[in-house]
Amino acid sequence: MKEIIFISIGGFIGAIGRFVISKSMHNNKGFPMGTLTVNLIGAFLLGLLFGLHVQGSLYSLLGIGFMGSFTTFSTLMLDAVKLNKENKKKLYYIYLLSSYTIGILLTLCGLWLGRKM
Amino acid sequence: MIYFLVGLGGIAGSLFRYLLSVMAVAIWGKEFPIGTLFINVTGAFLLGFMTNYFVGSNKIHPYLNTALTTGVIGSYTTFSTFCYETVHLFETGKIIFGVFYLFASLLGGLFFVRAGMKLGEQVKSTRSVL
Repeated sequence: MKEIIFISIGGFIGAIGRFVISKSMHNNKGFPMGTLTVNLIGAFLLGLLFGLHVQGSLYSLLGIGFMGSFTTFSTLMLDAVKLNKENKKKLYYIYLLSSYTIGILLTLCGLWLGRKM
Repeated sequence: MIYFLVGLGGIAGSLFRYLLSVMAVAIWGKEFPIGTLFINVTGAFLLGFMTNYFVGSNKIHPYLNTALTTGVIGSYTTFSTFCYETVHLFETGKIIFGVFYLFASLLGGLFFVRAGMKLGEQVKSTRSVL
């Protein structure tokens, strides 16, 4: 029961945080800078959390709740398919490649930093 | 108001993700992150469906639309856990699992978004004929 409350609080704040950032970074070039930003920040922070060996309720709140809900996979896929449909091939590849490569690299950076601390 | 609704959607999405991942670990163990893969591709499908089904329709209030798509589905799926699990598979020497996970998420996600969009369009057009 305690877990559910912590995950709910994290999920509530994470979703609003993602919504605010995506809205504020919305531009008319069609490149989903907001989603990319939240996903990369979240990937780094989750790596950091694991590097620091955060467990229990704090992990439920920050890891499963906040980071899980702050970052998103479905919107990443939807925006990528939209770019492809609008024939913005270059942006489509840049978006997918940068999300995946930088996301994984930042997770590694977070893990490394957490283990050092 | 819209922020609060997105937050409520975030609670529902997060709890559902948690429930499914606990179930997946109980059934299949921790060898491979099948739970997150399932969550991410089904979320991609649902988001594709909703996007095309709700677009231009007056059946749903725009606030409810945002709460469902950005709130529930956005929070149900996750990118950070995916990144960490990929790194973890590689770090623990499960290279083939890691490569498979990476490509299954990417190609599966792209495929299921399209499938959802197609179905959403079809359901909408059959409904408008009736």
